Amino acid sequence: MLEQHLAALPILLPLIAAPIVLLVGRSSLAWMVATLVSGFATIAAWQLLITCLASGSLSYAVGGWMAPWGIELRIDAANAFVLLAVTAISTLVLIYSKDSVAKEIESDKHLLFYTAHMLCLAGLSGILVTGDAFNLFVFLEISSLATYTLVSLASDRRCLTAAFRYLVMGTIGATFILIGVGMLYMKTGTLNMLDLSVRINLYESSRTINTGLAFVMVGVGIKLALFPLHMWLPPAYTHAPSAVTAFLASTATKVAVYVMIRFIFTIFGADHVFNDMGMDLILMVLAVVAIFKCSYMATVQNNVKTVLAFSSVAQIGYMVLGIALVSAAGLMAGLIHIFNHALMKGALFMAVGAVFYRVGSVNLQDFRGLGKHMPWTMAGFTLAGLSIIGVPLTVGFISKWYLVSAALDQGNWLVAVLVLLGSLLAVVYIGRILEAAYFQKLPEGTDPEQVKEVPYLMLVPMWILVIANLYFGIDTSLTTDAASAAAQWLFENSQTSVPQVMEMKP
Amino acid sequence: MNLWGFVEPSQLILLAIIVPLIGGCALLAARKSPNLREAVTITTSIILFTIVLAITSNAFNGVQMQVTWVELVPGIALAFEVEPLGVLFALVASFLWIITSIYAIGYMRGHHEKNQTRFFFCFALAISSVMAICFSRNLLTLFVFYEVLTLSTYPLVTHAGTYEAKKGGRIYLGILLSTSIAFLLLAVLGTWSVAGILEFTPGGILNEVNNPLVLGVLLVLFCYGIGKAAIMPFHRWLPAAMVAPTPVSALLHAVAVVKAGVFSILKVAIYIFGIDGLKEVPTADLMLYIAAATILLSSCIAMTKDNLKARLAYSTVSQLSYIVLGALLASSVATAGATLHIVTHAVGKITLFFCAGAIMVAAHKKNISEMAGLGRTMPITMIAFAIGSLSIIGLPPFAGTWSKWFLFVGALEADKLIVLAVLTISSLLNIAYLLPIPIKAFFNSPEKNEQPWSWSQTKEAPLPSLIAIVITSIGCLVLFFYNQPFIELINLIPGVSTNTQELAP
Repeated sequence: MLEQHLAALPILLPLIAAPIVLLVGRSSLAWMVATLVSGFATIAAWQLLITCLASGSLSYAVGGWMAPWGIELRIDAANAFVLLAVTAISTLVLIYSKDSVAKEIESDKHLLFYTAHMLCLAGLSGILVTGDAFNLFVFLEISSLATYTLVSLASDRRCLTAAFRYLVMGTIGATFILIGVGMLYMKTGTLNMLDLSVRINLYESSRTINTGLAFVMVGVGIKLALFPLHMWLPPAYTHAPSAVTAFLASTATKVAVYVMIRFIFTIFGADHVFNDMGMDLILMVLAVVAIFKCSYMATVQNNVKTVLAFSSVAQIGYMVLGIALVSAAGLMAGLIHIFNHALMKGALFMAVGAVFYRVGSVNLQDFRGLGKHMPWTMAGFTLAGLSIIGVPLTVGFISKWYLVSAALDQGNWLVAVLVLLGSLLAVVYIGRILEAAYFQKLPEGTDPEQVKEVPYLMLVPMWILVIANLYFGIDTSLTTDAASAAAQWLFENSQTSVPQVMEMKP
Repeated sequence: MNLWGFVEPSQLILLAIIVPLIGGCALLAARKSPNLREAVTITTSIILFTIVLAITSNAFNGVQMQVTWVELVPGIALAFEVEPLGVLFALVASFLWIITSIYAIGYMRGHHEKNQTRFFFCFALAISSVMAICFSRNLLTLFVFYEVLTLSTYPLVTHAGTYEAKKGGRIYLGILLSTSIAFLLLAVLGTWSVAGILEFTPGGILNEVNNPLVLGVLLVLFCYGIGKAAIMPFHRWLPAAMVAPTPVSALLHAVAVVKAGVFSILKVAIYIFGIDGLKEVPTADLMLYIAAATILLSSCIAMTKDNLKARLAYSTVSQLSYIVLGALLASSVATAGATLHIVTHAVGKITLFFCAGAIMVAAHKKNISEMAGLGRTMPITMIAFAIGSLSIIGLPPFAGTWSKWFLFVGALEADKLIVLAVLTISSLLNIAYLLPIPIKAFFNSPEKNEQPWSWSQTKEAPLPSLIAIVITSIGCLVLFFYNQPFIELINLIPGVSTNTQELAP
């Protein structure tokens, strides 16, 4: 019974849980319900991934209405992989958030936090599993609205401006996507992704569809914080509560990257987007600029959360670069980096949240002397930081290896060099923080008794991510299998759709 | 002599990597009692040396030893294999680790250093990664442990925790990490992209590639990517690393770390390009002349340095380029000379660093200008210093003679007279910056001292340090008369031979 509806579970469980969480009335109870629900969603996602790797894609008709009329949930290796990452991180962040939220969010808003988190998770899962372009927009809005709420929950009032800025930019992005999808519907009369892809290919070149593509790409570009549309991200990540930042940084933008992959490869077809429209060059240039500009920005910030936020924008550049290389290898590098970056940034933001928990602010000078007083937190931060730099035996190295070798496979030495040079900037921004933590003493007037290690509920999830950083950096079989299956599937389905159309042409 | 006959030969490699790690953990557990902790360190280092000896005797008997750990990327695994070049380096590193551990006891206590447990732990970690580098079977494994070595030595460089230490550490990590990520990783990936394999193969793996541009770029990337070889202009990290405690400078920055760099370059020259293949690479000459320039320039800089450790550091930069030069000459004798230079320079330079540390502990002097007349109070140390200097210069009857000899012959064989000139001038420069130190120590005295010298005036470093100094300086002498095992090992390396073809009578 459950197995049949497995595909719907990652959306339905958190969606149903959201009002329940609000009704239970006690913060600790709400925490427990939310964590359990998120845990079940993770198990469902794991089952889905195993099923997909064994038997290809999985289709589920919502309400029994068959596609292309009804809404179809369609799960293949690509989204099952990302789904697993998102639900797993959500569970870990929830475990972590009990203490962190108690510190950072006023007590009357705790229930709101868990509710919004559940809604956000439901939205993100929905985006990942849906096979319907309009439905994707709906879930995007569910998750985005929940996100604006989450960002504005912090007790620091600056979060309100950040949330408002995020709201404005996010809504513009969502509107653009809606306009783009509307144009596709206008021309093709369908919203199902697979159906769309067949019908779009019937047109040799249609201005409406191309305009739709442009709208969608810009809209998604805002959502995934592609340079230069990233300006909403640093303030939002900086001022949001730490648990929220950890969750958003490792999931929300990744899901947006997934949306971009979906639109390019499944709906429009890689051939059309890259060869006819020349999007690969645009994306590649923007990605490289993002890597350099935002890594540089990260090196000059004072607030560590802002440092990591800019670093996130730069890392998104790596993912987009992978897509823009237009090869199965490049796409695979992008997908792997989605997963790996979620692990690194999750761990880093959790560590920063732990510092906030004890010290009360996260400017660079507040990190002084923490190496001695919060050894586990800073050791976790160090390892995850090495992973961002891309030191071997961490996941960051694996991502970089695949990205650079994908570039070299195409003879694109310039991109390979730029990727490696860009990653040197990470040495600088991570190094600054580590130097403060390990080579300086606690500032005068701080009570050493107060600055001590954080509770286990915060340390354990952080270290699970840190160990995952190392584990998946050494034993890469799971991630590479899933990512290469996903990339192959996306790339081939995107390419083979072209000859099909040739036959159908009148 | 095989104490480890009961272990399967291939497992010895794993043991060599894991034993220092276990030792590291054990000494963490024994941190409460310094004596126990040091006993653990020395026991571990002796066990490691016996393991390496067992590996050596297996290598001489032609036993194949390989191990594969995990596949990092499809087609490339973390894998290890014993080959003669690695055995040679492992022998040097593991033997000198014993001596350095003994020396460090005297130095660290005499100097009242803090955080000694962290020091010995990171040291063990560094040795473990050196062992992994020695026995790595492919470029990726080499790269991985090269990075681990960089990171594990960083806490050692910044050990003092002062502003200078932090600054030195920043340069150290900055240069080594940047060059390895920007150049070496690119070179590894480039090799993977054009050759399709990364395994170290006798004769090289790039022979099929007919694009001289790619080969040329790869060679430059390898030479500069292996920043530990300290070819100019990426040599600044080595003098910067001298802020570390002297045992670190001695073992790591005269032996393990820098030799890991030149070892990697030799590996690349012999097993990736192949000695014959290297002749076809258009940039080989360019890098050869850069290495030659490094030899001369850093010798000149060494002369201007008054700080003893800084002078030794620049001397090391210069000597490392001897090895790079030997590798790039693309002649089998020169490569043999370069390989032998790993051994002879290690013994000579570690003696000099030990002496520098001893002077710092006993006389609290860092600058050469203050060392006049020191021969009266520290006669044993200064005699050892003189021996080490003569060995570095390459005068008989000391070890350095042989490696220089083979380098000269190799330069002749490759028909590069300019290299010959560089080597000669460099030997003269070595005399100019090393010998004045012991000479002034013995024959110049700051104050008129009429009394005849007696043993009661001596104020040497603590006994463990002194023992270490004596052992290594005797080593310099022994290796001149008895270097047969090393020569035999070198002749086992495919394509490398100490016998010349053309010049043989």
